[in-house]
This record gives sequence, C-alpha cells and structure tokens, in this order.
Amino acid sequence: MVIDWLPSILIVVLLLLGVIGMLRRASLWRAGQPEKVNIIAGLMAMPGRYLKDLHHVVERDKYMSKTHVATGGGFVLSMVLVLVVHVFKVQQQIVAWALLGALLLMLVGAFFVFKRRLNPPERLSKGPWMRLPKSLITFAVTFIVLTLPAAGILPEGTGGIALIMVLSIGVIIGLGELLFGMGWGGPMKHAFAGALHLAFHRRPERFGGGRSTGLKPVDLTSAVIGVAKPSDFKWNQLLGFDACVQCGKCQAMCPAFAAGQPLNPKKLIQDMVVGLAGGTDANYAGSPYPGKEVGQAKGNPNEIITAGLVSQETLWSCTTCRACVEECPMMIEHVDAIVDMRRFLTMEKGETPNKGSEVLENIIATDNPGGYAPGSRTNWAADQNLPVMKDKKEVDVLFWVSDGAFDMRSQRILRAFVKLMKAANVDVAILGDEERDSGDVARRLGDDATFQSLAKRNLATLGQYKFNKIVTTDPHAYHCLRNEYADFDKDGALAGVEVLHHTTFLNQLVQSGALKLDAFKGGKVTYHDPCYLGRYNGEYEAPRDLLRSLGIEIAEMERSGFRSRCCGGGGGAPITDIPGERRIADMRMEDASATGAELVAVGCQQCTAMLEGVVEPRPQVKDISEILVDQLIEEVH
Amino acid sequence: MPHKVISLISVGRHPQSGRSRRADQDSRAVELGLKLAGTGLDVVHAGNSEEPVLRQYAGMGLPKVTVLEQAESADALPALSNYLKAEKADIVLTGVRSESGESSGMTPYLLAEQLGWPIVARVADIVEIKDGEAQVLLALPRGQRRQVTVKLPFIASIDNAAQAARQSAYGPGLRAKMAAQTGSTEEDNVRVNWSEAPAKARPKRLKVVKAKTAADRFKAATAKPQGGSGKVMKNESAQEKAQAIFDLLIEEKVIR
Repeated sequence: MVIDWLPSILIVVLLLLGVIGMLRRASLWRAGQPEKVNIIAGLMAMPGRYLKDLHHVVERDKYMSKTHVATGGGFVLSMVLVLVVHVFKVQQQIVAWALLGALLLMLVGAFFVFKRRLNPPERLSKGPWMRLPKSLITFAVTFIVLTLPAAGILPEGTGGIALIMVLSIGVIIGLGELLFGMGWGGPMKHAFAGALHLAFHRRPERFGGGRSTGLKPVDLTSAVIGVAKPSDFKWNQLLGFDACVQCGKCQAMCPAFAAGQPLNPKKLIQDMVVGLAGGTDANYAGSPYPGKEVGQAKGNPNEIITAGLVSQETLWSCTTCRACVEECPMMIEHVDAIVDMRRFLTMEKGETPNKGSEVLENIIATDNPGGYAPGSRTNWAADQNLPVMKDKKEVDVLFWVSDGAFDMRSQRILRAFVKLMKAANVDVAILGDEERDSGDVARRLGDDATFQSLAKRNLATLGQYKFNKIVTTDPHAYHCLRNEYADFDKDGALAGVEVLHHTTFLNQLVQSGALKLDAFKGGKVTYHDPCYLGRYNGEYEAPRDLLRSLGIEIAEMERSGFRSRCCGGGGGAPITDIPGERRIADMRMEDASATGAELVAVGCQQCTAMLEGVVEPRPQVKDISEILVDQLIEEVH
Repeated sequence: MPHKVISLISVGRHPQSGRSRRADQDSRAVELGLKLAGTGLDVVHAGNSEEPVLRQYAGMGLPKVTVLEQAESADALPALSNYLKAEKADIVLTGVRSESGESSGMTPYLLAEQLGWPIVARVADIVEIKDGEAQVLLALPRGQRRQVTVKLPFIASIDNAAQAARQSAYGPGLRAKMAAQTGSTEEDNVRVNWSEAPAKARPKRLKVVKAKTAADRFKAATAKPQGGSGKVMKNESAQEKAQAIFDLLIEEKVIR
C-alpha cells in the first residue's frame, strides 16, 4: 500500500529540505571575510573537541551534561538507524531493537529537557526553545511506535491508515524540528552550526586544554579598519555566532549585565545572528540588554552594525573579563567580536566615549594614559636604588613596572615587590624611562594602531638587552607581553624569555626558600582573582600558594577561580564609563564581604584601585606583595 | 552661497613629552571650521607634507589637507597670504599662537595686515554668518563672552574656550590626501636669528589675600574684574594714550 510509504517519503523529503537549508546557511557565513582553516584536520578533530572540550564546559552543570548526552547522543544514533530501518528498509530485527534503544535513551533525555523547561531559569531563552522538548518527545515517541513492527513487537500494519496518518504528523513535527529546523534556523541549528564551529574554530589552540586569549592584530592597511558590518567578521566568526544555544550562561556571568549596563552577551551574539541572516530581533525571546527594549534592532550583512543593530554603549559596557567566553559551552568568542567592533568605532569613526579620546591622545603623545611627562616615569623609584637596564645591559630578572609608576597607590605595591626581591637577592633591573605603556588599554579601546606602535617600540627596547625573565605586578601588561607581543616580535626580543606575574615569581622564591616569611596574624582573608591573571593566563594557584605559605586559610568567595567576577576595571571600562544601575566594583566587594573577610588579597593594581574605590565600611584591600612584605623576616647582618 | 572657510594648522608640541602633536588651538580652529563649513572646509599647512602630525588633523574627518610645501626655515607668511588671496577666503581660522617655532602669536596679525582684513582675536565661537557679516563671540576671562559683528572676509584666532576638537580617527587620517602646492622659499630671517632654550618658570607676583571671609574669597574668584586702578581713555590724543601705556610699563618694571 502506498500510504505505508508515507513516513519514509517524509523522512527523505525533510532530510533533503534540511540539507538545502544547511547549504543556504553556510552561504550566509561565506559572506564573512576569508580566514584560513585546516578543513580536513578540523573535521577530524571535531568529534574529539565535542566530546572532551565542549563537554568539559557542559559538565559544570551535571544535570544538563547528562541530559544532553542522552538527548543528543540518542538522537544522532537514532537518526542514523532511522535511515537504515525506515528508508533503506534493512529488515534485521537487531537493528530495529538498537533503534528502539537509541530512541528510548533520547526519550529519557528529552523528558529531562522538558522538566527543565517547566520552570526555566531567567537566563534561558524562551520562544521556540520552549517547544523543543515537545518536538524531541514527539520525534522519539513517533519513531518508537513506527519501529515496533520492525522489531517484531507489533504485527505489520497495526492501526491501519489512521495510525500511519497520526505517525506521519509525528514525523513532520519531530523531523521538522530536528532536520528542517536545523538547516532553517530553528533551535536545532546549534547542533549543525556548533559542530562546524568546533571544527573551524578561529582559536583551535583552545582545544585539548590549551589557552588562547591574546587578541588578533587588525590589518591597518585595509579599506575599513575593524568590523563595521556583519560581513566584515571572519567567516568562522559568523559561524561561531550561529552556534549559540541561548543557554544564557554568559548572561549569568556578565558583570556588566548584573550591573544593569546595556550589555547582555547572549543578546549580543543573537544580534550578530540577526545581522548575518538579515532581519530584526523581534523573535528574540531571552533577556534584553538592561534598559533597552527588544524588537527595535534590525540589520543585515552589509549594514553598519552600530546604525540600528547594536548600540555603541552596548559595545563599550564590556570589561573584557572573558567570563562569558569561559562559561560558553559552545566556545564562542564574545570578546573578540566586541573589540573588533570597537576598532571600527575608534579607528574609523573616532567615537570612543567619555574619557576614551583623551586617554588615547595621552598614550599617543606621552606613552602613558595619564599624560605625564615620560621623563618622570622612574620618579617613584628615586629612593629604591634600582639599577636601570641602560647601565646593566644584562640581568636575570627584568621588572616591568607598568603605568602603576605614575599612581601613588600602585607605587606602594611596586615598592613592596622591590623590597621582597631585594630580600631574596634577585638580580633585577628596570627599563626606567625607556619603558612605555604596554598598550593594553589602547588595544581594548579599539585603537590597535597605537597598541601595535607601542608593542613594536617596546620590543625594540627590550631587544637591546639580555634577561631571562620579565616579571610584572600588572596582569594587563603581563597578558600583553606574554600573549600579544609575539605577533609583532619579528626579531625575537622575547624569544626564550619567561614572562611571569609577580605572584608566580614570588611563589617560586618562597618555595625555593629565598624568602623567609612569618605567619600572618590578621583576620580572615579572601582572594580576588584578577581576570587577566586567571582567565586570561590560567594562574589561579600561585597567589593562593603564597597566602597559604603565610598560614592563611583563604575564605573563598562564591565566585572565585575561573568564575571570578570582574572588578569592573578591565577593557577600558572605567574610562568609557557607561552608566548602569550599580557599580561592578560594589558588587564584587559585596561578594568579598559575604565571606566575612577583613582583608581582600589582590594581585593587580587595577583591581586594587577599583575595590578600594568602594565606600567604607568594607574589608581592606592589599596586593599580595604588600601582605608578604609585612610578614618578611629581614635578616640582620 | 556657502562661505569659504580656511583653517590654518601647525605642528604642535605636547607640554609634557615635547612630542609633536596636533596643536590644541589649531585643532579647535579645525573643529570650528568643520562646524561652519562641514567637509567644504579647507585646511592649510605651510611646511612639510610628510609631517605625520597632519594625519592627526586629517583624522578629524578631513578628506584632504592642503600643504604649501616649504622648508622649515622658510617664512610661512608669503605663502599663506598668497594662498588666501587666491582662494578668496571669507573666514580664516588660526590658533592664538603656535606651540612650536617662534610661537609669537603674530601670524594672524601679520596676515591681516598683509591682506588688509580685520582680525578678531581670541574667538570662542562664530554664531552666525549673514549678509556678509559674522556674529562672533570673543572669549574674555572668567568665562565671559563679548559678541561682536565682523565684516567678511576676516581672520579669527581661536581661543582655548572654543569647542574642543573631536577625536582623531586613525583610518581616515591615514587615507586623507595631502595636496601639496609650492610654498615660499623666502627665508624667515627673524627665526633664523633666534636661538631656542628651555623656558624658565617666570616668578609669580605674590598675591596679597585681602578677603577675610569665604564669601569674600568666592567673590574675588568669580566677580568681574573691577579694574580699580585702570582707566578708559577714549577721547585723549594718541600721544597721551601712548604716554599712559609707557608710564604703566615703567611702573610695572617691564622697562627700566
């Protein structure tokens, strides 16, 4: 009977329509700029990246990881077997039984998806995502019933035409979501785009436990610098945006969102999807940018993004803390995209908000953001008796002072660190007035021309001298030196040089016994992980080891380690100063106060400045080197 | 008919680092020029067209900068006055004084003299241009303004009170065209004979605080200068006026 064939025909038709949709989707990504990827190696590595790296992130939410394994794994397996059993009509009962097993697995998973969706947390998008568990269940149940005859449980032809019609509707609903929807932009798009995103990721170094956090240099000779339109992104960045599952983990972690500033990383990525596909954000069913209505944004691949799709304040609210990137199970690179768009605003439009323009002008004219005389950079060390590289030429440790040299609060950190190094007899020197701003702020504010100029000039200076290590108390300079200067280091000024944060270096000194320290006798201590030390460089342990070496039992904040909340001081955010309902630093100080700590240990001058800016009463804020120096046992000769 | 507005720009010098930059007042002159003429603004520099600072000016959104190509030792005046005459400028905007070179502040005055145009000094804003006249706001101390009406064409030197210059964007600056023309070859004799030395801080006159209360101090800081000992001489002869100035200079020990 012809009607018996209806489900099989529907399967094939929906599969074909799905494939056509996928090809159309791929053509949307191809509107982006070319970027070389290794297609074969990427595709080969994809399953491993999915199973290890992606699931490593999903695993942080055990409920969801198990649910996803059951649902996703069950679906992939059953889809293959559906084709075998229902399209190619392989008549072996064992295959049908295997299909039933896969479908049951999927059904169980789908049930838990359903359960989560009964009372979904605020971070999850609603809309079409609410129907997904129902579609999943429809798919599983339909094919279970459809497979029962093949498995020999029910006689062929049970239920007659009526059942076949009902099942056909089930096939349309289930596969419509799972195959057609995958290609044509439904929630299941995440599986297809996500798999390819894993294969062609712009930072393949991130997989297999690696880390890749340095921003990519911009081409200063191109016709338009930075990203003006969605089609100015690299094609695999567009693909990355399309992989978003709208789980909202980024939103839950974003300090700017929590502070009520007009940024929501999830919405931003969805707006990028609107941009690459063309249309409006009217169908977006998640949380908005705080204070901004959903439904007003519209764009297409060749329209300027800030002319209607995303507002400029949204882009300037980001502190580049990377909490969203760290949390994203799809490994989407939000910060890259934001800085790409900032580059256009700064380098093409000259529209860096608030103090941005003044700070950039200062950096260009004086090599420091404050506009101080470059010849006064070493004034802080007048009483420190620190040798200068110009005289020494060769040294074991080069101390990169950074712009904290101009700030009296930061100078206390610098002096403490110098005292510790002297106590440990470290062979150290500084660049003195030859040092320049690392370029961190300029780069995060989108002025890559100034960053590149500073990087090249700093590298030229460094290239004149010999040293084994660079140590700095500033995690931002540390990140630039360690992760971003390599792109411009043509002459190998930093080749073979170990770049260290001062906490790592001090920890080495303490472990080797070069520093003798007394036990700490103050009250409760908590530790705030600087973003550029932790998430950007993976250094979570050295500062904690140092505190432990003083006998301190760290009262950890709820959000610490890789989930540490930003102090609000990164990415030029204090300079662009986009208004919100709360201050990020205040929220972080609340986190610290909640532990009952009397002292917040910090490893960054910027965090120190931000956290000390919170009104009292609050815990004291000290850099780790300041805490150590108070406990230093000075040997008397 | 749109008016022909020309802003003159020079190479500035950062007060802290001594590095070349777009000069503060000159870039305000460009900002005001952009307000008056939009992209029709002509921005002119007498000097080297390879000078990177010109790109910082161009980054304010200028598609092109006109450069009267000439050596550093050459006098800028003849080239500029020839150019302004040839271009039939209506309004010429300059800074009050340059940040490098002689920095005498004489350029707008000498240009006005050569062209026979009026000059308005220390302009904060140009409000309106109508019927061959411009309404100009002059900047006075303590945020005061004086409105004057000037006949076109004229030269205006722009005060620090004028609208601050917009941010300079790297890309447009890089792509702007440097339209070079031949400048002057006349050597600047005054400048050649000058020698430059680092400035010494001038001794400050001690201020005797007469105010006894906070209210008095506030008044002293904000009130209009009363000009207690000054006098306005309108009807006296030129000789009497000159004598009064001469006496004051002796009294102030400027000349001995």
